[in-house]
Amino acid sequence: MTGLLVVPLAAALILGVAAVLPTSAGVVRWSGVAASAIVLACGVGLLGSAVPGGEVPDLGDGLLRADALSAFMLAMIGAVGVTATWGGLAPAGDPAVAPTNAERRYAALVCVFLGAMSLAVLTDNLGVLWVAVEATTIATAFLVGHHGTRRSIEAAWKYVVLGSVGVAIALLGVVLLYAAGRSAGEATLSWAVLSSGELPLDPGLVRVAVGLAVLGFATKAGLAPMHSWLPDAHSQAPAPVSGLMSGVLLAVAFYAILRVQVIADVVLGPGLVRGMLLVGGLGSLAVAAALVLRQRDYKRMLAYSSIEHMGLLAIGAAVGGPVALAAVLLHVLGHGLAKASLFVVAGRILAAQGSTRVADVRGLLARRPDLAIPYLAGMAALLGFPPFALFFSEVAIVVAGWQAGLGWAMGLALGLLLVLFAGLARATAAMLLGAPAADTAAADGEPAHAAADHPVDLAASRGPGVPIVLALAVTAVAGLLAVPIGTVLVRAAAAVGA
Amino acid sequence: MTLLQSAATQLLALSTGTLLVTAVLLVWRRSLGAAWRLLAVQGVALAALVLAIAVAEEDVELLGVAAIILVLKGVVLPLVLARGIAGTGVAREDAPLLNPTAGLVTVAGLTTVAYLVSRPITEGVGGAGGGQAGPAALSVPVGISMVLIGFLLLVTRRRALSQVVGFLVLDNGIATVGFLTAAGVPFVVELGVSFDVLLIALILAMLSGRMHAAVGATSVDEMTELRD
Repeated sequence: MTGLLVVPLAAALILGVAAVLPTSAGVVRWSGVAASAIVLACGVGLLGSAVPGGEVPDLGDGLLRADALSAFMLAMIGAVGVTATWGGLAPAGDPAVAPTNAERRYAALVCVFLGAMSLAVLTDNLGVLWVAVEATTIATAFLVGHHGTRRSIEAAWKYVVLGSVGVAIALLGVVLLYAAGRSAGEATLSWAVLSSGELPLDPGLVRVAVGLAVLGFATKAGLAPMHSWLPDAHSQAPAPVSGLMSGVLLAVAFYAILRVQVIADVVLGPGLVRGMLLVGGLGSLAVAAALVLRQRDYKRMLAYSSIEHMGLLAIGAAVGGPVALAAVLLHVLGHGLAKASLFVVAGRILAAQGSTRVADVRGLLARRPDLAIPYLAGMAALLGFPPFALFFSEVAIVVAGWQAGLGWAMGLALGLLLVLFAGLARATAAMLLGAPAADTAAADGEPAHAAADHPVDLAASRGPGVPIVLALAVTAVAGLLAVPIGTVLVRAAAAVGA
Repeated sequence: MTLLQSAATQLLALSTGTLLVTAVLLVWRRSLGAAWRLLAVQGVALAALVLAIAVAEEDVELLGVAAIILVLKGVVLPLVLARGIAGTGVAREDAPLLNPTAGLVTVAGLTTVAYLVSRPITEGVGGAGGGQAGPAALSVPVGISMVLIGFLLLVTRRRALSQVVGFLVLDNGIATVGFLTAAGVPFVVELGVSFDVLLIALILAMLSGRMHAAVGATSVDEMTELRD
């Protein structure tokens, strides 16, 4: 089983290198999908071996280690990765034409990005976890700026400055945790050792360290008030990258918070991190609610919806306990798949319309049902309609919170969720229904407000439908299947002490 | 205490002093040409600090770390910055939000704050009351001051490359805290962190060059296309 720990990292590296070498166009085109599929397969394999009481696969003295939570996250990265990269495949070009340098770089960076996220969830060493999270910033910086327009460069700049400064704060926290371990007699960054409760860690030092680490990783997870880079980066990146960033990268940063939270709970009790997460979570919901209501750009709207869902995850983690944590993990999976599908479809709508303004996309259901129906289904999943997984996870988080005595927070969260629901539903209705006005029909293919950097490309507005259908189908049944998904979630939640 | 040990303690005091002074000078000076030279001095001082700790702890591995830091933070990163400055042709920070006097007063305040917030760290490392804290643990406020000064540079400077300077000071501060409290993180992690910081600096320098080429602007205030 330990072999499965190395395979995803090696596969991502090899495929990334293969994409920059003068290989065929097919390799460049499919490398991201292949890397995601391998990550998914390894994640499922590790999940199968992660039985209670079983031996945790461990390699290189804790450098790589996969308990049930790591295996779940790895499988989730793979599943969302397949959705985003396969769904986002560009239309096949002429196989005789060699891929351009930009295409090669893009493919290689997607592989590096997937590899870095896999490393982040597979390592037991908090320092390596930090290095991997920072590496995702590096890989995605170029992906956000891929289009090279003024807006995408601006988004990339804000993203790199805020992202790397935020994550640097987390490094300070990690360094201080190491100092705490060293003063307690064992110089280690191993999460398993630090969270075992066997080291007499100094509470004052751990308090500072955990506060900084949670703050830093929360920046990367897009929690308010450190969210301001997120809508820019997620709306300017190419569609598959937006899907990966919203669907999994945020969740990986959130995973880091979960790990740090365990150490804090063991040494200090739950108060500190619970307070930080509640403030961040409710703040994120409030920010998202305020900005979704008057949002006129559908890609930015999806980005704000990501802030909303990260806020819900933070609230769930603040509640704690087996039910809430299992619900948080189900929410991560459901949100990842639904959001990746939506960003891929949004990318196709952008290619068909040449504009990201909601007002420029009218009557999509009548004109392009091939785009409107998946968008509607994805939005239904995101808004938490049953039978989609997000319905069950949201209900479980709220109920668990109520039972944990956080009724006021849950009431506030429900109110904000209602506002968000209204905002998202209104914009979606406007895009899908809204009578195709006569002037719009006349100028079809040449919308009035099309920005110059978004050319209409009808070929790119058609793409594989299978990954979207698969992703939404998994989201639809995930909440209903006690076996295997329910069991997996409970085991993964147990890995972080629930 | 051997002669070598006392020399190490003096080197530690000298290098931490240099680190703090360079950080303060970076707030005072507006010229970007001075900024990259000061960063080079700061990098060398950090390497000297690691050397002092290596001698005090009798740790051979740390000597290697000191060499890496000397090359990376003393030479490579300042050169990346210098190339970026030459590429954009902007030599001065001409619109900071704080004038030099206000900047220096703020720095004095931040340093005081650093001493206050460092107490739990010093006590945690050196035992309650800081009674058994060595000279290294007692110097932790210097690292925290550098982190805070890095933040100050990031939020008050408007030129893209000046913000890179702020980020690098912030990172030097974190490294300083790491070395003073725990003699640095494990070697593998140190390598990974150094590599990441190098790449981030390269990306930021490249992006500011592209920004300059695309819109002729190197002030972050002119980036207002994306907002709600």
